[in-house]
Amino acid sequence: MHKEFMMGNQAIAMGAIAAGVNLVAGYPGTPSSEVLETVAKNRPENTYVEWSVNEKSAMEVAAGAAYAGARTMVTMKQVGLNVASDPLMSLEYIGVKGGMVVLVADDPGPISSQTEQDTRTFAMYSKLPCFDPTSVQEAYDMVQEAFEYSEKYHTPVFLRPTTRVSHAYQGIDIKDANEYYHNEAEGFIKDSSKWVIFPRLANVNHAKIERRNDELKSVFSKLGFNAIDNESSNAKKAIAAGGISYAYVCDVLEDVPENDRPKVLKVGIPFPFPEELAIRFLEGIDEVICFEELDPVIERSLNYLAGKSNISVNIRGKITEDTARSGENNVNVIRQIIAGIFPELAKYLSDKENATDNNAPELPVRPPVLCAGCPHRASFYAVKTAMKGRKTIFCGDIGCYTLGNAKPLDMVDTCLCMGAGLGIAQGVGHIEPDTTCFAFVGDSTFFASAITGVVNAVYNQASMTLIVLDNSTTAMTGHQPHPGTGRTMMGQVVDKIDIEAVLHGVGVKTVETVNPLDHAKAVETVKRVADEEGVKAIIFKSPCIALVTPNPACHIDKDKCVGCKKCINEIGCPAISFADGKAVIDTSLCTGCGLCSQLCPTCAIGGEANA
Amino acid sequence: MRKNIVLCGVGGQGTVLASKLIAAASIIEGYPVMSAETIGMAQRGGSVFSNLRIGEGVHSPMIADHTADLIIGFEPGEAVRMLHFLKPDGVVVTNKKTVVPTSASLTGFVYEADVMIDYLKSHCGKLVVVDGDAAAEKLGSPKILNTVLLGAAYRSGVLGLSKDSIKRAMSNHIKEKLLPLNLEAFSYEN
Repeated sequence: MHKEFMMGNQAIAMGAIAAGVNLVAGYPGTPSSEVLETVAKNRPENTYVEWSVNEKSAMEVAAGAAYAGARTMVTMKQVGLNVASDPLMSLEYIGVKGGMVVLVADDPGPISSQTEQDTRTFAMYSKLPCFDPTSVQEAYDMVQEAFEYSEKYHTPVFLRPTTRVSHAYQGIDIKDANEYYHNEAEGFIKDSSKWVIFPRLANVNHAKIERRNDELKSVFSKLGFNAIDNESSNAKKAIAAGGISYAYVCDVLEDVPENDRPKVLKVGIPFPFPEELAIRFLEGIDEVICFEELDPVIERSLNYLAGKSNISVNIRGKITEDTARSGENNVNVIRQIIAGIFPELAKYLSDKENATDNNAPELPVRPPVLCAGCPHRASFYAVKTAMKGRKTIFCGDIGCYTLGNAKPLDMVDTCLCMGAGLGIAQGVGHIEPDTTCFAFVGDSTFFASAITGVVNAVYNQASMTLIVLDNSTTAMTGHQPHPGTGRTMMGQVVDKIDIEAVLHGVGVKTVETVNPLDHAKAVETVKRVADEEGVKAIIFKSPCIALVTPNPACHIDKDKCVGCKKCINEIGCPAISFADGKAVIDTSLCTGCGLCSQLCPTCAIGGEANA
Repeated sequence: MRKNIVLCGVGGQGTVLASKLIAAASIIEGYPVMSAETIGMAQRGGSVFSNLRIGEGVHSPMIADHTADLIIGFEPGEAVRMLHFLKPDGVVVTNKKTVVPTSASLTGFVYEADVMIDYLKSHCGKLVVVDGDAAAEKLGSPKILNTVLLGAAYRSGVLGLSKDSIKRAMSNHIKEKLLPLNLEAFSYEN
């Protein structure tokens, strides 16, 4: 054992390595991406790691390896689980031989996601056991236990951290390399009565799963991740909490003398719910306040248990609207609620003195924006310019380019989920034939989930233009490689899969590749291609500015600038602001992409010569 | 020792490295540390923060309102935005220069550094204002704002860490080629 300061996601990766993981597959997504990257960086010689093309592929690759007796982990964010749910739902019925951990990072808030779905609820639905860490150390410990239980009970097991655990840092105790478990995969053993799902097998295995989960309720009641703190408390009221909310409760109770602290039920494994432990907790109390994020999983489980066991107790939380039904929890809110419910503790929990008042100066809103020099800005601006005055719809996608919605570009009319723009554009086109329909996808998302949408459009005779924003990386989640980059997580240099060739291959006849930073050519291409019949595509190809050395910054010739603000009002580049009647370029941000210089009506923006 | 520190700024300004250096220096001195930072969409020019919690008896990485000993603002408006975290007698170290967001340029929203600085001055125990632009010009690089602010925070006396530990943390976490420049930045005073 030694101590190391690391991020929650790194701890999960190091825990998986310590548990002898043989294969890790995943698809990037905030807040989960660092798990797989950390395994890749620290992987033992025989561990295989890949960024799969999407979560469904990752799940199937990990399942296959687990069939062969390997310990495997598959990583994704919560919405990725929707993509992977088809194989996972059946996999639970088939089961695994090697331990398999399904790492799904949830995002209360949401901070970087399109939904506030709760993987604990998904666990109840799919019947997989679910571990829910409250800290970085616990995430490290839990992933190792999750492998043990997965192997023992032949089921994939969820490990479900939330953002504040995944992205927290803590100095934790971790194993030295000589303490690691080593798993030798036995290999796949043919047995079609076991590995081939048929209705009859599903029926038999369903019954076994229900019995197993009943057994696990009891097993998990004795496992330390579920626990009762301050059990000797005589107070009639108590607290139940899980995830980071448990840590917030502990922070609040730090201000309460130990002998006055109420009982706290810590739920580290919310499914199957530790019923025996929870009954012990409920005995002798008449009120419980539940703190958890996303769904009221603990609250519902306690309500169900109290009803089933005829325990008369008032259970409060999200359902009773004592706590917020959406968004993140925080220490301040939990402190206030505890002070309200436990009047005898209020004296310890009075509001801390405040440094601020209500007279703070008005602050600018600061939404995230496309970076200065981002080629997506040029792509959106080219389409916008080309389609000026026409009836159009711009169907967007999940990634950096979602930020194309911001003013002044205002180029995202819809955004649903990864790859959905293609289907939405087709649907609108069938109902409104006079609308020129565009779908935008990124290069990574093209491979992840757009190809079937293109096939659907071609086959069903849709009329639409696909715009692929190819910046040669998966930028939003931290620049992961994908099939178009020619690099793998095993460090191999491989043939790039050519998007243009894929599009031709599935029957798109017109596919043009253009540099979006050549504004005139980009506009001309959009005008010409959009007017063709059927399904056609434009690939705007220019690398993410974070991957290449920037050009020298642009400068504004103050004598030529007439202060028309066209550069600000048309493209909204964060490097350009306005002061003393003239545009100003922040040279520490500018990458010299030159888009602004191409639209300045007085040619006031240029390179070094203007400095 | 128990300290809560908030670092805040605009995505891309380098708050993460400064936070890592303080955490590393605290670990060198044997203190337990928890921290949290903004990762994800907000890193694209949005408001970002790091929370650092140093010392025993800490369970979550998130700082409660009115409990921060120190706010390090990479941008004065962002320091004002995070002021609700500060103890009434807490210290604010802030860069002077505003970063005007595109939304403000578009709407003509006026946003003065002086107004932010004045408000900070009247609402904290001690305010240290750093001229990040002047430092960048003098040191010949715009990339040293984080170590310049770290130096100012150290000299404010509130960090409770020795100069030696911070310098050791810097040599462990900054590329050798950039270390002399960053050490100079750490010692830079307006």
